[in-house]
Amino acid sequence: MFQDIRLRTLIALLVCLAGLYFLIPSVVPNLPDPLKNLFMKRKIQLGLDLQGGMHLIMEVDTQKAMESTMERFANNLKESLMARKIKFRNVERTGGTLISLDLATTEARSEFEKILMDQYPDLEVKSSEIVEGRERVILQAKEKRVADMKRAALEQSVETIRNRVDQFGVTEPEIVPQGDDRILIQLPGVKDPKRAVSLIGRTALLEFKLLDEENSLDQAIKGNVPPGDILARGARVDQRTGQRSESYYLLKEKTLLTGQNLEYAQVKISDRFGEPYVSIKFDSQGAKDFDRITSENVGKRLAIVLDGIVHSAPVIKERISGGDAQITGTFTPDEARDLAIVLRAGALPAPVKILEQRTVGPSLGQDSIDKGIIATIIGGILVFVFMVIYYKLSGVVANIALFLNLILLLGAMAAFEATLTLPGIAGIVLTIGMAVDANVLIFERTREELRLGKSPRASIEAGFTKAFLTIFDSNLTTLIAALFLFQFGSGPVKGFAVTLTIGLVASMFTAVFVSRIIFDYFAWNRKIQKLSI
Amino acid sequence: MLEFIRSDTKFDFASKMKMAVIGSLVLILIGAASIIYHRGLNLGVDFAGGALIQLKFQKESSVDRIRSALEDAKIENCFIQQFGSRDSNEYLIRTAEAGIDLKEFSDRIESALTSIFGQGSYEVRRIETVGPKIGKDLTQKAIMALAFAWIAMLVYVGVRFEFRYAVGGILALVHDVLVTVSVLSLLNMEFTLNTVAALLTIIGFSINDTIVIFDRIRENLRKNVKGDLRQIVNVSVNQTLSRTILTSFTVFLVLVALLALGGPVIFDFAFTMFVGTIAGVYSTVFIASPFVLAMERYFPSRGRRNK
Repeated sequence: MFQDIRLRTLIALLVCLAGLYFLIPSVVPNLPDPLKNLFMKRKIQLGLDLQGGMHLIMEVDTQKAMESTMERFANNLKESLMARKIKFRNVERTGGTLISLDLATTEARSEFEKILMDQYPDLEVKSSEIVEGRERVILQAKEKRVADMKRAALEQSVETIRNRVDQFGVTEPEIVPQGDDRILIQLPGVKDPKRAVSLIGRTALLEFKLLDEENSLDQAIKGNVPPGDILARGARVDQRTGQRSESYYLLKEKTLLTGQNLEYAQVKISDRFGEPYVSIKFDSQGAKDFDRITSENVGKRLAIVLDGIVHSAPVIKERISGGDAQITGTFTPDEARDLAIVLRAGALPAPVKILEQRTVGPSLGQDSIDKGIIATIIGGILVFVFMVIYYKLSGVVANIALFLNLILLLGAMAAFEATLTLPGIAGIVLTIGMAVDANVLIFERTREELRLGKSPRASIEAGFTKAFLTIFDSNLTTLIAALFLFQFGSGPVKGFAVTLTIGLVASMFTAVFVSRIIFDYFAWNRKIQKLSI
Repeated sequence: MLEFIRSDTKFDFASKMKMAVIGSLVLILIGAASIIYHRGLNLGVDFAGGALIQLKFQKESSVDRIRSALEDAKIENCFIQQFGSRDSNEYLIRTAEAGIDLKEFSDRIESALTSIFGQGSYEVRRIETVGPKIGKDLTQKAIMALAFAWIAMLVYVGVRFEFRYAVGGILALVHDVLVTVSVLSLLNMEFTLNTVAALLTIIGFSINDTIVIFDRIRENLRKNVKGDLRQIVNVSVNQTLSRTILTSFTVFLVLVALLALGGPVIFDFAFTMFVGTIAGVYSTVFIASPFVLAMERYFPSRGRRNK
């Protein structure tokens, strides 16, 4: 039996040392250098509710993404048809995600079908009818491709947002797609949540459009927008008051160039007024287009439109080659910097909407940690004292088990790099309350056996054996509940489920295995006659 | 040997079942009436959608002053309350209005407060905005989690014990959740994600208690196959009574620590657990085990007869 105890003690010691080994980096943040390399870098992670930060769930408007994809298809189709000299009319996107076009003759139809098959495998003919001698064809995206396109829009959005956040400078952000059209974003330690949201959430679609100077702006504001034109708001900010005043521009609907052809964007400070502006450089295709556009439109005004809002509409004084341009406006330095970031990172394929936002300030997080730790310590002390009063020396054994349980729980959390949240701290406190349950079960059972007149050794034996199955059954059901909690919960609640689960498993080990060793040692080696229980 | 509960108690729990069931039903009915009176549960932003802002002022302020500041800025239909202890100067501003621009909403509140109280006179400690879609998702998830937890327990207890035990155990769990929700509604406390987490934990703890007693009933049945089930249930509940009370007591100790020291954010969670733990002990003793007995009366188990 002594051999057996030694072996079990060895196992228990090894497990506890492993717990300590993993725990130390989390508890002692600044280990001296030679020691530092001995330990793993793994630490208990703090949840956003404890360290402060922002949790966002965004929804990508995948329908809009589909629409703009179809718009692109329609434009390409136009060019393909022209290249093949097929007579057509009115290629346009209709009813959201359909393309309608009129073919001049029925002969053109077979030609057209060939182009469709060769160059547009994603599209198919939805319906066709003869209208006034012409064949009207309605196209749609193939059903199985629609899901792919939406998926692509989601992934591209995640990628773009990740780029923006990286350039914004947040340590260890988490940006992952969720479901069909959602993105989960966790930004620990963000100091300016408002700025972060506007950086992440804006579409950042940069467009260059010509101003319509022939038609009346006043008429358009009254509602008579000429066909082929759009009315856009301007971003004019009063220098002195900072108030945004309403101003309007009448633009040609056609987009000449977009931010897709940008190579670079950078904040610069103007020499004359010391105002920040964003300097952009087009890639080779963009530069070529820009050259052509400026040379064709000298003397006209070119509007720089960001997300539908006109930032400036300078007069094209001369042809601009080389592909350099400037976006000026009334920016604060931060605004200019953020604009450069979003232009570099690229536009989102579709608008995004905030479905959920939770921000916790760092001071609240620190408060929660402080209060949580105090509650845990006081709760722990209360249970420790109670156990000693009620069970005397056996209570001390239970407390040793309880203490080891805490070390194992925290060590395991560090080893798994689990996230500690505020409800998670509550989970630790509750684990303390619950972990003694196993010992209470064993002790009550042992007391019963003692009352029957059995020897201490036999009573311990019976107490542990009989209580074990009960402990196992009851803990397993709690584990089931914790499992569903994990499934259900997001963030903080998940952290609670994690601590609860690890705490339960650890308590099985410490209460049943470790405390048994101590009892066996006294009962078998010291042959005690009376049990202090 | 220190004992809270004498080892030779002989309470006749089985005979109290009718009273206990009536008592619980009355409480649950009052709870239901309260839910109807309050027009549903007091759902927090997690489930109802809306926005919540937690502010800490440098100097003393009051709910009325904040309200008038918001009203000056034409922000109405807000629920404002003091948060945490009286001297911490912390306030919660909540709106349940769905369909408004949630981001703009928090900006408007901040600019309204800044114009009245001045820049830097307060600190935004927490902002939570939940759109109606997410609120609906979370509600659905919460209900599913509770339901599946019940079903999983039913299956587990059914496999490890007998089906009749499982039904008794689950009834006790449903009872615990209903009673807790009733009390929360009576006190008009907010129903948040943490509340659901607490309810799921209560389910886990309560079934734990129940299983300990079932285990003892099973053990005593094996020892005494021909014995009167009523007596065996009573003896088993009495034998495990000290353990039931002790364990709940240690859980109470830590819950009291959490309630008193854990801070206002965790208070609701701890309070829900507190109510649920009481309901759990009560249902374990007075509902779950006597139910097994009642089942025996109407559907005698063949297994026991044949032995």
